[in-house]
Amino acid sequence: MTTLTLSKALNEGLRKALEDDPKVLIMGEDVGKLGGVFRVTDGLQKDFGEHRVVDTPLAESGIIGTAIGLALRGYRPVCEIQFDGFVYPAYDQIVSQLAKMRYRSLGKVSLPVTVRIPCGGGIGAVEHHSESPEALFTHIAGLRVVACANASDAYTMIQQSISCDDPVIFFEPKRRYWDKGEVDTTAGGLAGAQPLDEARVAVEGSDVTLLAYGPMTRTAVEAALAAREGGRSVEVIDLRTLSPLDIDTITASVRKTGRCVVAHEASVFGGLGAEIAARVTEQCFYHLEAPVLRVGGFATPYPPSRLEEHYLPDLDRVLDAVDRTFGY
Amino acid sequence: MTVDVDGAATTTAPLEPIQLLTPEGERIEHPDYPLDLDAESIRGMYRDLVLVRRIDTEAIALQRQGELGIWASLLGQEAAQIGSGRALGPNDMAFPTYREHGVAWCRGIDPVQLLGLFRGVSHGGWNPEEHKFHLYTIVIGAQTLHATGYAMGVQRDGADEAVIAYFGDGASSQGDVNEAFVWASVFNAPVVFFCQNNQWAISEPNERQTRVPLYQRAYGFGFPGLRVDGNDVLACYAVTKKAMQAAREGQGPTLIEAFTYRMGAHTTTDDPTRYRVAADLEAWKLKDPIERVRAYLVRSAQAEPEFFAEVEAEAEAVGASVREACRTMPDPPPMDIFKNVYDQPNQILEAEREQFAAYLDSFADAEGGAR
Repeated sequence: MTTLTLSKALNEGLRKALEDDPKVLIMGEDVGKLGGVFRVTDGLQKDFGEHRVVDTPLAESGIIGTAIGLALRGYRPVCEIQFDGFVYPAYDQIVSQLAKMRYRSLGKVSLPVTVRIPCGGGIGAVEHHSESPEALFTHIAGLRVVACANASDAYTMIQQSISCDDPVIFFEPKRRYWDKGEVDTTAGGLAGAQPLDEARVAVEGSDVTLLAYGPMTRTAVEAALAAREGGRSVEVIDLRTLSPLDIDTITASVRKTGRCVVAHEASVFGGLGAEIAARVTEQCFYHLEAPVLRVGGFATPYPPSRLEEHYLPDLDRVLDAVDRTFGY
Repeated sequence: MTVDVDGAATTTAPLEPIQLLTPEGERIEHPDYPLDLDAESIRGMYRDLVLVRRIDTEAIALQRQGELGIWASLLGQEAAQIGSGRALGPNDMAFPTYREHGVAWCRGIDPVQLLGLFRGVSHGGWNPEEHKFHLYTIVIGAQTLHATGYAMGVQRDGADEAVIAYFGDGASSQGDVNEAFVWASVFNAPVVFFCQNNQWAISEPNERQTRVPLYQRAYGFGFPGLRVDGNDVLACYAVTKKAMQAAREGQGPTLIEAFTYRMGAHTTTDDPTRYRVAADLEAWKLKDPIERVRAYLVRSAQAEPEFFAEVEAEAEAVGASVREACRTMPDPPPMDIFKNVYDQPNQILEAEREQFAAYLDSFADAEGGAR
């Protein structure tokens, strides 16, 4: 086991992927010499060359569009979108081309493209640098959407995403880049890792199920520890995969606890929590002691950073939602 | 054109389109494009032109009879497509729009597969690598980036291949096309941008897309552009051949503007009488891409009347066969909706699939099974 920051774990995972498969390419703005604005690709161009770690022109649609072409040619591009709010120029290529090529070709074409997106707020940034657009991607058939929450998952999930034959939107929890964690970087670590399409029970509990992913996972775990002091047993599930959703793990937990709270940074309205609430209601109706509650961003644009602590669901707002499920 | 020390093109080619065959069928020489095709090759191109026009005519008729949902006609653009399509090497990769039926023909795609797309039985479904012809792309201009990325892959593989990206005058306004120009230029990718300027983007004329001739745009991006008579199959062949060879030799991209005319409607749902005058069409009919080849073959005694009769008979046969295949093309079974979304099955989709299968099965008694 090695102690790594989440950012460094991603870096090591990318390095491993580049070593293991000569078809793996990294491309994006400033990913080469600079090593990315968050240094996730630090040192990779130096070691693997400009043909494999490519500083691209500054145009997101171009990054994804050319990655599709490279994938058609047999490459496995890993694209970096510098910030969540800059993915929209690439949205057409992702939705209309990347997601649909397998279907269009009746299964004759695979596009193993990974799109890395640092997401979420909490870093005091200017507009467009703190967004959580995951629901815009989970709504799109043909895409897999995942979110890592800790260094260990960052290391394995990035490698699993790259080796996956489907396109993967890979969300990285921006404000957790510097969180440290234990990572097994041996070959056995990756082989024994949890599959990409499974959620993980982060904290076991019996009174209420608390679902989170990405940057909110740590908040949820902290909420569970705080609730424990108050005598409440919270089961935290780190979703990891947002599409396809590991609904079986979710419903198994809710059938046990009878209560469910979903937490995400994204606006609650039309967010992933809505889909989860609907499915949990459909599949666990007779087990529920309370309606599924959601806690997250408001139905507003992301606010200026001096207000973000009010917008982001923090430990207290998560605990408030947990408390409210006991009020029915 | 001149080239500066960094290799970037700095001056423009002439406005007058490159032409090797006049509308009257007179063969003219061009100093930069010597062409020595034997009679058989030219007869072959004539045959291609006639057959793809015949397939197109048949498809329009099939749409009118309700056998196709829609059809995007290539009428008038046969020479641009056959000329460029026949100039490709067997390993060169082509990225089409949704109107490249002539290029598809050159790449060995069964026309019935094209009809299947417009009939609504598939979104394409052919194997791009098998034919070196990518799937039809309907979103305007998106494929130019795929072509450029593919060319970057060719570059990395060190392969003796080039890539061609088809698009139209309307697409030249798209961000993706301009981004493709930037990428191809700065990475010196082996890709040829083949713009069929058919003068109309549905109802919008060229003037709504550009204030400069389209081929001149290339110079701003740092690579050569040229204008070719898009109704001259020999000129389209020669310029494409040369540009593809330049790309293979590491000289980077070229923009070819094939100056042509969409003689039909945008698609079978369109009504061009609302936005353009009949006189234009009449003027372009005099520049028909097929008639000039026929005139040349006759004038130069490279084809006998029997040859033209044979091609006509073959066109009839191809038309009949396409027609029959289209009319008897079955709908896919409903459960095909769920196929080929992901590489592996997943919980969410499987649950929907099973639920829908059970729903269909609930009608089994009444209708003898709906699946």
